[in-house]
Amino acid sequence: MQYAILCYDREDVVESWTPEQDSAVIAKLDVVTDELAREGRLGPVARLMPTTTATTLRKGKETIVVDGPFAETKEQLLGFFIVECASLEQAIATAKDLGQASSSNGSYEIRPLRLLRPGAPRP
Amino acid sequence: MSTIAWIDVALRGARPQAMGALLRHFRELDLAEEAFQEACLRALKSWPKNGPPRDTVAWLVLVGRNAALDGVRKRSRERELPGEEALSDLSDAEGPLAEQIDDGDYRDDLLRLLFMCCHPELPATQQIALALRIVCGLTVPEIARAFLVTDAAMEQRITRAKKLVAAERIPFETPGAPERAERLAAVAAVLYLLFNEGYSATGGSAHVRVPLCDEAIRLARLLLRLFPGETEMLGLTALMLLQHSRSKARLDAQGAIVLLEDQDRALWDRNRIAEGTALLDKALRHGRPGPYQVQAAIAALHARAPRFEDTGWAEIEQLYAALERLQPSPVVSLNRAVAVARLRGPAAALAMVDALAKDLAGYFYFFGVRGALLTDLGRPDEAREAFDRALAIAKSPAEAAHIRLQIDRLTRGKETAG
Repeated sequence: MQYAILCYDREDVVESWTPEQDSAVIAKLDVVTDELAREGRLGPVARLMPTTTATTLRKGKETIVVDGPFAETKEQLLGFFIVECASLEQAIATAKDLGQASSSNGSYEIRPLRLLRPGAPRP
Repeated sequence: MSTIAWIDVALRGARPQAMGALLRHFRELDLAEEAFQEACLRALKSWPKNGPPRDTVAWLVLVGRNAALDGVRKRSRERELPGEEALSDLSDAEGPLAEQIDDGDYRDDLLRLLFMCCHPELPATQQIALALRIVCGLTVPEIARAFLVTDAAMEQRITRAKKLVAAERIPFETPGAPERAERLAAVAAVLYLLFNEGYSATGGSAHVRVPLCDEAIRLARLLLRLFPGETEMLGLTALMLLQHSRSKARLDAQGAIVLLEDQDRALWDRNRIAEGTALLDKALRHGRPGPYQVQAAIAALHARAPRFEDTGWAEIEQLYAALERLQPSPVVSLNRAVAVARLRGPAAALAMVDALAKDLAGYFYFFGVRGALLTDLGRPDEAREAFDRALAIAKSPAEAAHIRLQIDRLTRGKETAG
């Protein structure tokens, strides 16, 4: 099954990283994702721009466009990994590996995917 | 990252908001700073052992408040200090407190803290120094290095600035909408000053001053998160990111200025450009143009051009004309003239530049631009005169070196011609 590992962290802290600290964290994460890729388990990986760039569309009869992220939370969604895992146990183990590499203080939300469509027309 | 490095980053990240909340609580800058310091010391003791708290800001505010109370008790000898254990584990207390301090409070707290630094009686550089010290938590030696003064001199300046600020009665009630807008505008101006202090590198080596740009952007993003729909804050943040994207290309290995037309665009930071452009798009959607948005739009046009030849000068000239209407200034007109030179040639631009001579008699770039236009028009003697004037008022070795290079070219041009 495919899982999304959603990365939540305090954006203000992540933004306080020096460029060197930032690259060091990414380099360590790359080691983990490279291994996942070798095992054929790595799907798309994304890092989101800060929530200041976010725009939210509230659906309904009349849509409303609001500046900012969907929810004001202490920790923000900063990115995600899509990973193929045989079980929840393996998904947790993978998230642990990623967590150890990133060494920051946030959380990973592990969610099984119901559907993942590649960017191609439906057959 | 090591544990200590991680804690250091977390404390830096939490400082602006924690200090803002502590200031509202104590209503006195010195006490708030003392409380924050104490909270940081306890964090360094407790976090490696107990793990970091979920909400660092709330933890620091609560511990800081308690620690300051302890200090008062200790001084008055009323009561014994509670044991370290009682204070080091606050995991239970954190939850309710986090709910007490809602984001609505935080945003006015941070704004108030920054606004304090914008005291109109303080010279601009002291407003910046104060913000760096109090809000960002840079050390006095770090700030002194950025301003090229001794530690003692900077210490004295900051102490004096603090005293002046402390004497002012700043209301601690939640501000009304017009007051909030006024504060935001003043704070935006100081953030832009802080950024420019780092960006223009007057009198200092650029390397030392990049952190000033980073701090300005960090604070701008923080404010923007609290005031997400403020179009001019969006514009200002976009402007700073777009300008800063070029920082690696602006000076060569020897520290000499590299003009926009000669910059290696591969060195431009694509992440900053993308973020700046995204913020600008958000701002423009509202259709409420302002000076920061217009300047960001100009910076975006430069950032978007794959090569210098591809620059959209016609749009840039129009944007400068819009800026002249929004915020008339001879410096804006000078910049518009530079765009006109690209569009309609040096003669048209020189006429515009000469009209500014009286207003910009002490402005380095005025003589630099005038010299360059005269060079292009084949009037080397007058160009030389303009460059000499620029040289006399250059504020940094890099500026002076750049003008000398122009003079060298001029002399060489003459030799080949003759």
